[in-house]
Amino acid sequence: MSIEVSNLSFSYSHRSVLNGINFIAQENQLLSILGPNGVGKSTLFRCILGLLRGYRGQVLLNGKDIKDISIKEIAKSLAYIPQSHYPSFNYSVFDMVLMGTTIQVSAFSRPGSKQIMLVEAALERLGISHLKNRGYTQISGGERQLVLMARALVQKTKILILDEPTANLDFGNQVRVLTQMKSLAKEGYTIIQSTHNPDQTFLFSDNVLAMKDGKILSSGIPGDIFTADLIKNLYATEVNINSLYEDRVRVCIPKCAI
Amino acid sequence: MSQSRKNNMIVLTLGIILIIAIIISFGIGRYPIYANELVGILFSKLMPVTQFWTDKVETVLINVRLPRIALACLVGCCLSTAGAAYQGVFQNPMAAPDILGASAGAAFGAALAILNGGTSYMITISAFFFSLLTVALVYLISRKAKGKGTLGLILSGIMVSSLFSAGTSFIKLVADPNEQLPAITYWLMGSLNGAKTGEVEFVLIPMAIGLLPLVLLRWRMNILTMGDDEARTMGVNANRIRLVVIVCATLITAASVSVSGMIGWVGLVIPHLSRKLVGNNYNHLMPATMLFGAIFLLLVDDISRNLFTTEIPLGILTAFIGAPFFIYLITRTEEIY
Repeated sequence: MSIEVSNLSFSYSHRSVLNGINFIAQENQLLSILGPNGVGKSTLFRCILGLLRGYRGQVLLNGKDIKDISIKEIAKSLAYIPQSHYPSFNYSVFDMVLMGTTIQVSAFSRPGSKQIMLVEAALERLGISHLKNRGYTQISGGERQLVLMARALVQKTKILILDEPTANLDFGNQVRVLTQMKSLAKEGYTIIQSTHNPDQTFLFSDNVLAMKDGKILSSGIPGDIFTADLIKNLYATEVNINSLYEDRVRVCIPKCAI
Repeated sequence: MSQSRKNNMIVLTLGIILIIAIIISFGIGRYPIYANELVGILFSKLMPVTQFWTDKVETVLINVRLPRIALACLVGCCLSTAGAAYQGVFQNPMAAPDILGASAGAAFGAALAILNGGTSYMITISAFFFSLLTVALVYLISRKAKGKGTLGLILSGIMVSSLFSAGTSFIKLVADPNEQLPAITYWLMGSLNGAKTGEVEFVLIPMAIGLLPLVLLRWRMNILTMGDDEARTMGVNANRIRLVVIVCATLITAASVSVSGMIGWVGLVIPHLSRKLVGNNYNHLMPATMLFGAIFLLLVDDISRNLFTTEIPLGILTAFIGAPFFIYLITRTEEIY
């Protein structure tokens, strides 16, 4: 299970958003994409998900060009976890997760007992079974993020794409969501997330892409590529990078705070 | 799932209430029909029964009351189903069956037919035809609109609606003020007065064609409320499903307004009352809305034809009865879950 992006470029009318992006995301890996706001992370995701078609270059899903794969087939190997949002109508957590199984039933039918069991298992695994009869819009942001993760799990894909999964979450929920992502990666999932937090990548990511101006500035293992210079280049902010616990963990601290 | 079982019970209860409401509606009216006559006449259609009622009773029951009850149920069911469907595919809780101009088109078609001295059948056919034409026009215009697809549809729906409303106003202006103008005004208020068996036959086919896919696709409609991108990442072709739903919802709306005139209120509010009862999952929402809509319009029509010596148009009554009821509900009940 892999995603291979080669020489991907995209522009909205005349404004170039992505410019020659190359990377490979593989199984057992959590890949984090960092970059300032508006750098094109969401556009990149939309290309990978097959939602935007007018790009140059190639996106390969398990070796096949994603432009040649139907929406239905893409949804069988790729699940998307959007930022937790408020839908127009309030659904119960259970129904919300059940929607992820839609691909397994034909257009004129509804999910059955097999799908209901999948949902129960996914809720159990993410520790949110107690929420199943609550309304999706009435639970906290962190819980909503976990619900959307459960919805992706019941879709039974091996690749998960998460758009800033820890944005707007409190500290504890950030850790809980990231821990789940990490353990899924260890089980063989391919996970791609976008994030704004360099410390998070030191703790949880296997690989990092640093993006600026629609290009990849640097990529590799977080400990190798994340230097004070790179952060300064990305976010125009002076930082010190310190190592803790015999360099098993690194932290990134803004200089103005010291 | 206890939630799901509870919702099944609610849908079943609504079904039973509808059957009771239909039986009661047969009995009440200006011409009294007694329970034994009602049972006798209904059974005589299925098996030989010795006639103990007058022919006049049978005529009233079969040719007057039956088509009217059937139309009230069908129109109520279709308008509220169309409303629920539009709300889902436009992700807009304020959507109603007239959102794409189906009602404005029907009004124009009916007014045009009345202006040209059409019979009641011609009025129905003209209203139906113009209703479909309007929505087709809205769809074609929205294809040319830049930007987000559903917003373009809703905007062109508003534009084309106002265009046809202006057309209707113009027809009212030039219509003969003694005969035609009152007829147009009365039609626009919405009524099932003078419902005929032929009208039931005319609308039955488009209603069946429209309702069936909406019932079958009801799970997919849930996914559409999440927005196009999310729907597609879950493997649902949002554009295709939305088009099917719009075509079906338009068909049943056009068929309804062509026989009933403007009953603007049912399609917005009954879906919301049903949402309060069974939640937003279309699995239960669809059947609940269909039954609730049928019950509501049937009872309102009973009041319309029995309360006063002159009939009060349905369009007025639905608002008079429904709006206070709805206000009571939104201030009293909490959202389920």
